[in-house]
Order: sequence, then C-alpha cells, then structure tokens
Amino acid sequence: MNYNSPHKGMTLIVKTITRITVGLILLYGIYITLHGHVSPGGGFAGGVIIALSFIHLMLAFGKEEALRRLPKPLVSLFESLGAILFFTIAILGFVGGYFFLDWLNKGEPFKLFSAGSILLSNIAIAIKVSFGLFGIFLVLVLLKFTPKK
Amino acid sequence: MHILPLFPALGLGGAFLVSLLGRRSKKFCDIFTNVITCALFGLSLYSLCILKSQTSPLVYKVGGWIPPIGISLVLDGLSSFMLIIVNFVAFMITLYSVNYMEKFTAKFKFYTLFLLMLAGMNGVIVTGDIFNLFVFLEIASVASYALVAYGVEAEELEASFKYLIMSSVASLFILLGIAFLYSYASTLNMADIAVVLSEKGLNNAMLFASILFIVGFSLKAAIVPFHAWLPDAHPSAPAPISACLSGIFIKALGVYTLCRLFYNVFGANPALLNLFMGLGAVSIVVGALLALGQVDFKRLLAYSSINQIGYIILGLGLGTPLGILGALFHLFNHSVFKSLLFLNSGAVEYTVGTRNIRDMGGLREKMPVTSSTSLIASMSISGIPPFNGFFSKLIIILACIHAGHVVYSFWAILGSILTLAYFMKLQKNVFFGNLPERYNNVREVPFFMKTAMVMLAIACIVGGFMVLPKVKKYILSPAQNVLTHGLDYKNINEIGVK
Amino acid sequence: MITYFLCLVLFAVGLYAVLRKRNLIKIIIGIVICEYAVNLFLVLFGYRMNNRSPIYDPDQVITKMVDPLPQALVLTSIVIGLATTALVVGIAIRIYEKYGTFDITKIRKLRG
Repeated sequence: MNYNSPHKGMTLIVKTITRITVGLILLYGIYITLHGHVSPGGGFAGGVIIALSFIHLMLAFGKEEALRRLPKPLVSLFESLGAILFFTIAILGFVGGYFFLDWLNKGEPFKLFSAGSILLSNIAIAIKVSFGLFGIFLVLVLLKFTPKK
Repeated sequence: MHILPLFPALGLGGAFLVSLLGRRSKKFCDIFTNVITCALFGLSLYSLCILKSQTSPLVYKVGGWIPPIGISLVLDGLSSFMLIIVNFVAFMITLYSVNYMEKFTAKFKFYTLFLLMLAGMNGVIVTGDIFNLFVFLEIASVASYALVAYGVEAEELEASFKYLIMSSVASLFILLGIAFLYSYASTLNMADIAVVLSEKGLNNAMLFASILFIVGFSLKAAIVPFHAWLPDAHPSAPAPISACLSGIFIKALGVYTLCRLFYNVFGANPALLNLFMGLGAVSIVVGALLALGQVDFKRLLAYSSINQIGYIILGLGLGTPLGILGALFHLFNHSVFKSLLFLNSGAVEYTVGTRNIRDMGGLREKMPVTSSTSLIASMSISGIPPFNGFFSKLIIILACIHAGHVVYSFWAILGSILTLAYFMKLQKNVFFGNLPERYNNVREVPFFMKTAMVMLAIACIVGGFMVLPKVKKYILSPAQNVLTHGLDYKNINEIGVK
Repeated sequence: MITYFLCLVLFAVGLYAVLRKRNLIKIIIGIVICEYAVNLFLVLFGYRMNNRSPIYDPDQVITKMVDPLPQALVLTSIVIGLATTALVVGIAIRIYEKYGTFDITKIRKLRG
C-alpha cells in the first residue's frame, strides 16, 4: 500500500476524502450518461464527469499512482474504441436503409430502455469523451518540460 | 445513392481504426490508408456516373429524416467535381507518404490526422446543412493545425500557433454569421435558407452576415488581405501535408464554401462580384510580387498559391459562364500542379536536406524523375501552351475581356508573366546549373514517391483535354451549371429527395 | 436588443485581446472570450421571453418552449472549442519549451 506514502500526491486528508468520493463521482457520471435520453445530460456531460473523477484521482495520489491504474496506452485504446463504437452505431443504420437510422425498438417514452440507439450512442460518446479529456490532461501534464536559455 | 454518407464516414472510421490498430505495424498503416483513399477516389468517380444517370441532384436523408428537419447530404455537379479533385490528390499524397514519412516516428498518428482532415474536407463538400458544414470545417481545421506542427520544431510550432489563432478567429466569424442567418431564416438547411432569403429578401443583418462569411472564408482560403498565415503554415508542414493544404485544403474549405454560399444560398449580386474581382486581382499581383523575392523552395510555392487562388476568385467574380468555367478549370489545374510542386520540393528536401534554393543546383542529372515532373508542373503553372495551366488562364483572361473588364485582364496577364519569372528562377537554381561537390552521391527518391509524382504529372498533361467539348460535358459543365444557375439550388429539397 | 449588442461588445473585447496582447496565454484567453461571446449570442437568439426550458415531460404539453436547436448548436461548438483550446495550450507550452518565452515579439524565427 505504498500509494498512502506521504511523499507522493497530496496530504492524507485529501487522499482519504478522495477514496470515498471518487467512486461516487464516477457513479454519478455513469448515471448522467445512462439517463441522457430521459433527463437533461447525456454522453458529453456524463463523460466529462467521469473524466473529472480520473483527474481527481491523479491530483490526489500523484501521477505515478494514476498512471499505474490507467496507463497511457489504455487511455488511447479506450478513446479509439469509443469512437469506433459510435461509428459502428452509425453504420448499423444501413440495416434499416439509411446511415444513422435509428432502427431499434423505440420502446415506451420515459423508461430507461427506450429511444432506440440513443442510449447506445450516449454510452459510446461517454467513453470517447471521458478518455479523451483524461488523455488531454495526461498529455499536458506529462509534457517533458526543459526550457532553454 | 447510398454511397453519399460514405465520403465522410470512410475517412472518420479509417482514422480511428488506424489509431487503434496501426500502433504496432507500419506496413498495416500504409496499406490500410492507401486502400481507404483509393476507395474514396473510386467512389467519387462513381458519384459522377450516378449523377450522369439522373436528371436532378441527389439529396440523401441522414437517419431517414426529411431535409428541413434532419441533416441532408447533397450531391450535385459541383460537389462531384470537388470530390474527384480532393480524393485524387489525397490518394496521390498517401501514396507519396509511404516512403516520405519513414523518417518521422509515429507514422500512425500522421495517418490518423490525415484521414480526419480528409473526412472533414469530404464532409464540407457533400453536406447540405450549414451548421454541419461548420462542424466538418472545424474537424478538418483542427487536424490541419496538428499536422502543421507535426515536426515539433521551433519554426513549425510558431507557424502552427499563428495559423491556429487566425483560423479560429475565422471560424468564429463563420459561426457568428451562421447565428445571424439562423435568427433570420429559422432554418439551417442551405436550400431552405435560400428559399427563405429569396422570399423575404436581404436586410442589413443579412448584409452583415455575408460580410462575416466573406471574412471568415477568405481567411480560410488565404485571399490577399487575409493571407498572412499561409506562407508560414504551408512550408512548415511535412511535404505531403503542404501539398494537401495548398492543393486541396484551401479550395475545399475556402473557395468551395464561398461558391456554395454566395452563388447558391445568397445569390450572386453585382456588389459582391465586384468585391470578388477586386480581391482576386489584388491576390494575383501581391502573391506574385511576394513570391519573386523568396529563396526558400516551399515558401515560394506558398506565395504562388496565393497568386493562383487570385485567378480562381477573379474568374468566379466575373459571374459569366465563361469566367466560372475558367475558375473551376483553374481550380482543378492548380490543385494538381501545386500539389505536384510541393511533392517535388519534398523530394528535393528528402535527398538534399535543405530548402534554400541558393544551396542547390544541377540536380537534373541526379534526380531525373523529380526534375522532369517539376519542369512539367512549372511550365503548366506559368501557362506554357501545351499544358493545362495555359488553357485555364487563357479562359479567365478571355472571359475578363469578354465581360468588359480589360483592366482585370491586364492584371491577370501581368500575374502570369511574374509567375513565369519566379518559376524560371526556381528551375534555374534547383535543377539546372552546376552540381555542387557535396551532392555528388545524391540519389533519386524511392519508388512510391516517384509513382505519385509521375501520376500527378500525367494528370497535368491530360488535364488540358478537359476543356474539349466532348470531355467538358461530363465533368466541368455540370459543375459550371450549378454556379451559373445558382438559385436553382433552392429547389433541390423538392426534386432531389428520393 | 441591448443584450445582443453586449454580446458583440464581448466579442470585440476578445478580438482586442487577440490583436493587441503580446503574451501567448493572453491571446488564447482572447480566443476563448470570443468563443463564449458567440455561444452566448446563439443561445440568446433561441430565447423567448418567459418560456420554459425545452425538456419534454410526461405531464406537460409542448407549448411555450424556448428554441432548443441553438442550445444543441452551442453544445457542439463548445466541444469544438474544447478541442481547439486544448491543442493551442499544448502548442503554447511547446513554444515556451523551445523559445523560453511567451512574448510574441521575441518569437520570430519565421520571416520574409
């Protein structure tokens, strides 16, 4: 349990609070994503909240611990996967005859499983946005910084 | 009919697949990207065939929504013409990058960004919705900012920053214009906007919006008062990207959008046409004069781009069928020979390692393919008779005289003479003269780079036949008709939707 | 009417920062201000006085809503702005690494 060591990241208080809250933030982001079609929110907003939970982890525990849990190749892998998932949903519209056509069963309004492929698109967007934002943050933080005279 | 959404979709999907799978194997990146661009080129040729078999333009309902409600994609003569140009040059450029980009690390990132840029350009061309146009324009622009800074050297970063700031200001102007347009017309579909504008007429807010559009798209097209970013950004990028930016990017994002908005949506009026002619003439002269003094190979070509874009804008500004024909023909020619010249400059840089033309000389014996293709391109850009550039410039100059604008034809001829002057300087310094000692063991470039250059050179020679009446009616005339009968565009939602 | 003009004033403030300031970071902030001014302008165009937000509820009829389309457009343009800003900040950091300064009058390797 060396990630509790006082040399990396912030103080013990911040780490303890983070350990409690980071799961809640992640869960809230997932909730916003999954209910994007019945209430305000959606893939982008949910994805940003998920990305914030990752960034929260990184700020509290230092970049070594965060990178151990979410290595950089994994982040870019998930980012591409999210994009491809969304692209696949668009291509699957050709099954019904048109690009982007929502040919799934629309279901009953205001239920969780309704609105056809919007739920799936929201999930894909949330994956793309969360890992994309975290990737941007990582790239800006990890930039090797050696100013010349 | 169902091929229409594939133009942006193939590029986007290809980009993400390359970034996912291309990390391990360079060979996979090369083959996959070339297959995608080749397929796009094939599809654009096929789109011409589809258009030939139809009497009306095609409108595709994305997601099955009827056009004024949903986003529509439009295929008419002009977009088909642009698609062929963009995808042909893009195919040649990916072929060239197989060898050229070997010296950079992370080739898959280059291909990802390139395919994103290509998808953005194709999207701008096929879309029929003005906000969708803005989104694709931004996709292409963001990818191009990153590609200009690809080498992460000091000069490239500086050029990219300058380009990014000016181009984002241009995008914001365009977005502000879209906001005005939406508030007035209450719709985002371009054909629908044209209907509303022709019914309600133009008021001062629309005049303001059209000025915002002119400023925004002229910044993207690098017409003279707005050109400051181009001579920095285009030379700084790697050679294939310079070719792409100068050859097709500024045309798809600047000239094509200007045509679409001001001929098809707003409708051409004399004040606007005069403005275009003035901007075009200024671009011709200023670009040519600035190019004369350059000693950097690619910087000279970048200024030459400004000069040649001036011809296109001048031809469009004439508004006569002949002028529009000349402008579109010159657009095709310029994208072919300018990308060829940038690829030549990349080949010279690849072997010699410098871009300063004073340090070169006598490369003709060592690099026969590069030197002969660049000679063909130089002759056609300066308007030597058997090549394509001569015919398009001749048509533009004749159209100027025909429409009674003799002064503009004088500027066009002057620009052409200056073009000849700076390309003679280029040829003399780089390929003719004495070979310096240190270049004795210089060798010709690898196979794929040669192939791409030779194919573009063939296109330069064959392109001259496009004005023959039998060939013209297949490619140039449908595109010309879209612009000469500009306001017919507003009917496409009735006649095009199948 | 005055709110629309204030938006344009905000846009002009951003443009002033882009054109006049010498620090790279201040130029970036100017771009961001411009962007928000345009976004605000778009949202204001969709606004109708005293109407409710465009959210479809089970027990409510669809009348008296503000125009939802500009809000969707603004969301898209915010995402685009995010991408541009992230890229430009990355480039600015790299420029600082190469030149050791944020002053644009000292970043002049390109000329001619």
